[in-house]
Amino acid sequence: MQAFFSWLAGLPQLVQIPVVVAAFLAVVGIVVFLTEVAPRPGRAYTWVRLGIAIGVPVLTLAVLGLERQVLWVYLLVALLGAGLFWLDTRSKKGRGRRIQVALFISPALFFLIIGLVWPTIRTVVFAFMDKTGTQFVGLKNFVWVFSSGSSGGLTSLLNTIVWVIVAPVLATVVGLLYALWVDRSRAEKLLKVLIFMPMAISFVGASIIFKFFYDYRQGNQIGLVNQLVLLVGGTPVNWLQNYPVNMFLMIGILIWSQTGFAMVVLSAAIKSVPADLIEAAEIDGASALRRFLHVIIPTIRPTIIVVWVTISIMSLKVYDIVSVTTGGFNNTSVLGYEMVRQFSLFPPQTGHSAALAMLIFILVIPFIAYNAHSLTKGDR
Amino acid sequence: MTLMPVSRSTRRVHHTHRTLSSPWATVGALVIAVVWTVPTLGLFISSIRPASQITTSGWWTFFAHPQTTMDNYSATMDFVSSGITVTQALVNSLTITIPATVLPITLALMVAYALAWIDFRGRHVLFVAIFSLQIVPLQMLLVPLLKLYSGGVVIAGTQIIPGFPANSLGSGFAQVWITHAMSALPLATFMFHNALATIPVDIMEAAQIDGAGHGQIFRRLAMPLVLPTIASYAIFQFLWVWNDLLVATIFTSGRNAPVTKILADLSGVYGQQWYLLTAGTFVAIVVPLIVFFALQRFFVRGLLAGSTKG
Repeated sequence: MQAFFSWLAGLPQLVQIPVVVAAFLAVVGIVVFLTEVAPRPGRAYTWVRLGIAIGVPVLTLAVLGLERQVLWVYLLVALLGAGLFWLDTRSKKGRGRRIQVALFISPALFFLIIGLVWPTIRTVVFAFMDKTGTQFVGLKNFVWVFSSGSSGGLTSLLNTIVWVIVAPVLATVVGLLYALWVDRSRAEKLLKVLIFMPMAISFVGASIIFKFFYDYRQGNQIGLVNQLVLLVGGTPVNWLQNYPVNMFLMIGILIWSQTGFAMVVLSAAIKSVPADLIEAAEIDGASALRRFLHVIIPTIRPTIIVVWVTISIMSLKVYDIVSVTTGGFNNTSVLGYEMVRQFSLFPPQTGHSAALAMLIFILVIPFIAYNAHSLTKGDR
Repeated sequence: MTLMPVSRSTRRVHHTHRTLSSPWATVGALVIAVVWTVPTLGLFISSIRPASQITTSGWWTFFAHPQTTMDNYSATMDFVSSGITVTQALVNSLTITIPATVLPITLALMVAYALAWIDFRGRHVLFVAIFSLQIVPLQMLLVPLLKLYSGGVVIAGTQIIPGFPANSLGSGFAQVWITHAMSALPLATFMFHNALATIPVDIMEAAQIDGAGHGQIFRRLAMPLVLPTIASYAIFQFLWVWNDLLVATIFTSGRNAPVTKILADLSGVYGQQWYLLTAGTFVAIVVPLIVFFALQRFFVRGLLAGSTKG
């Protein structure tokens, strides 16, 4: 595997794309072919099944580059394969069935365990270790997270809380109003695309667009915000240097980028509100505002919650916007940014970084739980 | 993220809300539309103005004295940052994005098929387990993954699988591909499972009676039937990977950096060189915008099926 990737890295760049995709799809093709072969009847296919059950895991290890010395791992894997074969032959629902299941699920499972489960466990462990990751320090890292001052993590935690409170609400409200206002208007498509397009723009691009928008300089202003300030007779301000204004302006970038998402999803929900409901309200003499508050809002409530939760989670993890606009200076750091910064210090503060990551994780959970809860209620 | 409770009613709505006929609604919508468009427009107009003008006069003066140039774009494409040109960074972005889209989709399709159509003990538990892995934020994974790629898998002090050799770290893309693929798996599996589960049982049973095995059904029947879902997800994954900065910051260095990372670097180091930043931002936006406009139908559909990266 290492040899393959080294060889690949040496190829011309644009050749690497088809080569790696083809190699990957070839492997997948072989696996799918094996699932086709496995359940076939006949003595010969029993041997084929045995070959698959033992051969595939052993070969995988060899390809991954297992050191030759650790033979016991090969033996272990071969034994596991043999066990699978034995279970498979005894399966009541037909031979080859368990082998098929194993072939279908194990590639993804391998990546999920190595790449998601195991790293998560390690980060949790790191959160209670010192910066080298070897010495247990108890809750010291979390004490650091909650300690104020320029070296502590409290600023980033408090800022993140502000982000999570402000951004989702504003993006959802603006998206909802806009969806309602442009609904069934003549230029609906165009008006929607204008708001929607920022979704395709990266946070990096959005941040640069707004850095230019907020720009401050001596002499002629080139940022529109300061030009408008001049127009109404004020003095231009260095927006990104003054806390907390800078934070709210950065939150504005996230709102700008996510309102389109809220608008599209909510617009679809508004369109699916049954027409008779609205007509009935109209006949009862309800004003447009009352129809909106008492008919439309309650009907699309589950969608509003999903949109709000999605943007909340995004606000919790924000990294790019802070990195590009202020680099975390002027008190603007947030959990997601501070986590990376602590790790890129010299020496890396692995413990602090892990504690911050864990905090993001813990803060995400209630949102997902609330979402799941409101969805299951909506199903009934 | 999660499933979206949007019932697409087929009923034709005869009633008009008459919302835009209200003048306030019209004004409100137009104000929002203008506020949302002007910042991008300003940067775009600046990118086609002569470099000296960008930083000395506001872009709104362009309308009084229009003077356009493509020099900023040609200068930006050849500009060298962290040892590579912006053009090279765009190629890097493409090299990262395409495999990082194909890999997770393929792997997720396979496991989702097994979870939806092969009856085995524990499949419900497994599905819930994979589904709930969505809540793990990327931040939880970065540091351990970095250690994994350099150190490999070590069990009880024995090196089981070696890490990537140090010399390929500087130029290879393997770490970035694998990281994106792994972090996308839970959501992709969830979406594909939901799509596959809606295939009518009769069709699947008919195929089985005809003697097709799961491998064949997967290739010939299931995959083509959920193609629209695959397309929706592919667009999201493509845009997400192309626009990513976090994974790029941690797992690329110098020569293999994608355009987002180069732009972030430029913004930090050459924050006042607006001819670079304006043009650079737009060359980075072009590819996602093409994907976005060409496949908008699938994009909206994907949104409504509830796919925003968790």
